[in-house]
Amino acid sequence: MAFQEIKLYQVGTSVVGNRLLDPEHRTAQARMGRSNTLTSGHRACQGCGEALGARYVLDAAMRATGGNMVAVNSTGCLEVFSTPYPESSWQLPWLHSLFGNGPAVAAGVAAALKAKGREDIRVVGQAGDGGTVDIGFGCLSGMFERNDDVLFVCYDNQGYMNTGVQRSSATPPAARTANTKAIGPEAGNVFGQGKNVPRIAMAHEIPYVATATVADLHDLEAKVEKAMTFRGARYLHVLVPCPLGWGANSADTIRVARLAKESGIFPVFEGERGEVTAVSKIRRQVPVEDYLRLQKRYAHLFANGAAGRPDIVARLQEEADRNIARYGLLGGEL
Amino acid sequence: MLRQIEGSQAVATAVQLCRPEVISAYPISPQTHIVEALSDRVRTGELAGCEYLMVESEFGALSACIGSSGAGARSYTATSSQGLLFMAEALFNASGLGLPIVMTVANRAIGAPINIWNDHSDSMSMRDSGWIQLFARSNQEAVELHIQAFRLAETLSVPVMVCMDGFVLTHAFEAVDLPSQEQVDAFLPPFVPQQSLDPRDPVTIGAMVGPEAFAEVKYLMHAKQVAALDEIPRISEDFAATFGRDSGGLVRPYRLDDAETVVVALGSVLGTVEEVVDAMREEGVRFGALAISCFRPWPLEEVREALSGAKRVVVVEKAFAVGAGGIVGQNTRLALSGLPTEVYNVVAGLGGRPITQASLHGLFADVVEARLDPRRLHFLDLDVALVERELARAGQGRRSGPHAENMLRDLGVVASGSV
Repeated sequence: MAFQEIKLYQVGTSVVGNRLLDPEHRTAQARMGRSNTLTSGHRACQGCGEALGARYVLDAAMRATGGNMVAVNSTGCLEVFSTPYPESSWQLPWLHSLFGNGPAVAAGVAAALKAKGREDIRVVGQAGDGGTVDIGFGCLSGMFERNDDVLFVCYDNQGYMNTGVQRSSATPPAARTANTKAIGPEAGNVFGQGKNVPRIAMAHEIPYVATATVADLHDLEAKVEKAMTFRGARYLHVLVPCPLGWGANSADTIRVARLAKESGIFPVFEGERGEVTAVSKIRRQVPVEDYLRLQKRYAHLFANGAAGRPDIVARLQEEADRNIARYGLLGGEL
Repeated sequence: MLRQIEGSQAVATAVQLCRPEVISAYPISPQTHIVEALSDRVRTGELAGCEYLMVESEFGALSACIGSSGAGARSYTATSSQGLLFMAEALFNASGLGLPIVMTVANRAIGAPINIWNDHSDSMSMRDSGWIQLFARSNQEAVELHIQAFRLAETLSVPVMVCMDGFVLTHAFEAVDLPSQEQVDAFLPPFVPQQSLDPRDPVTIGAMVGPEAFAEVKYLMHAKQVAALDEIPRISEDFAATFGRDSGGLVRPYRLDDAETVVVALGSVLGTVEEVVDAMREEGVRFGALAISCFRPWPLEEVREALSGAKRVVVVEKAFAVGAGGIVGQNTRLALSGLPTEVYNVVAGLGGRPITQASLHGLFADVVEARLDPRRLHFLDLDVALVERELARAGQGRRSGPHAENMLRDLGVVASGSV
């Protein structure tokens, strides 16, 4: 199939698609030469945000490194759905060891490549939120502190989806999971102190930290490519909606991710050496409620008509407002 | 070259001579002097071409070795005690993936109660983790087992644990004949990995395997361990040819010819055991000893053959399976099944308690004169009265307090408290 250039008339809108862009500005994913690093045939659910995110991240990283890349994967959905024996969806050297050790294994791979004088081969580690912010957290922090030459990517779907949707420390307050059900006086997950791992990564003053969502795949690819221009420890935290765990329609994955960003509940930013360097502004601000209502995990907040829990919705709106203020997500250049 | 040197320094030198490409370690007593020395040598460039990772935990230490070995680098770590347990999940993973990592275990007790001194509880708790386990009797042997371990690991693509008694060996200064770089290079070829992460030839390592092939993958692990029973003596012979020293192998007999009673043991206690065997012989009692150099894989045939002439076997071991009995003892009984040999199982030296010649002499006399019940598990030098007093206290009510503190107070070792 020959690559056909399409001349287009409409650029610069908020709905611009790949086909409307100059070929140079199209995503790696839209190119004939994409590496299909996570190739088709895997067993992710329909509408899986993680599969989409991983595909974009790895193909962009492959493009940035000219295919000189190794991936290390922690246990989790991504590992399970991609490698049911004897099949593998991975078209790059890929190593899975355990749930909690992905960052340390990746550091070991980087050390081996350095010892062999093969630092031209780059290392990407990847895990879900459980493998990153909970069980793998010690190894992750160690990898940051040593500044090992690894890009670690967290695909954050805000819970232990592979084991049947249990709460992780990345699960947001009020969300229903299998062990924070919508029962009792404080339905859903508790309002804890939160565990903001992108900010914790920043506190390690590593060369590069970024957040992204699968709603803006250009932005995601650009951040991966930028991350690969740095040496040392880098961290990318990607919000990836989980239709199963969040109780959202498979067709709404991108929409839910976009509303997370547009409401301010998930701030999208970049930082270098501990300082925020750029934020993705909100284009059209929406109330958090618009984001929540698409997900059955928050259905109890809106149950019984007006009864629901407007007080909890208000608290979640406060969190979004705090992000908007803290990162300056409104106004200015888009 | 013969040098008066600390065991840890000698082992660090042996590891250095094996040209590891990645070392990853977390400090824990009594392993520390080994990894400190290796850190020095990487920093000075004495150990060239090696990356040294100072990780955040033992779990991270072995995990980094899994990554580096998976990327085709000769990889080494060292640990002890709680550290080995903290690695447990990664131990099984490394062996399941068939990664030829070499690790020193400076053997130390497992808490609670916390105790930094020597016994074999750590290695024994991981005996079924799929790692080959070699036990050193002396620092000379520790040096030589490390060199053999790399060759063994890489020949079979299995991880190998070299066990040496913490403090007793690691911190002991004695004369050690250290080989030259030329000798080690002649014996240990560069590492050619069975599998490696290479962008030119991408492979998936660590895929999920369901019931359709899981048993077969696990069977291969077992088959490799069985193959090690042939490979270990071969490597030992090659080692002797290169270095002119006899070490390694599966079992080491001592005065076994015509021995009626044979003592089975592992590690540095063999030195004391052999002294007492000599003393028994001088008294006209036909004693011998069998050192288990390789505990995993279990050299069942070799143990059976070595012990087949004995009337009695006394297994002296520095660990036990709580609630079940001895560990080496159970393996020995299995090796002797069907034979009339009486097996006495004795736990000794727990938490660093010295195993003295006097105690062993008394024990052996009890065995020969049939004062010991072979059906029971025995504890050498157990302070039975102390145990009974604590049991009595515990019997007086539910809130009798922590056993460890009570027993120390009873002994007068703890200054505080009302005695």
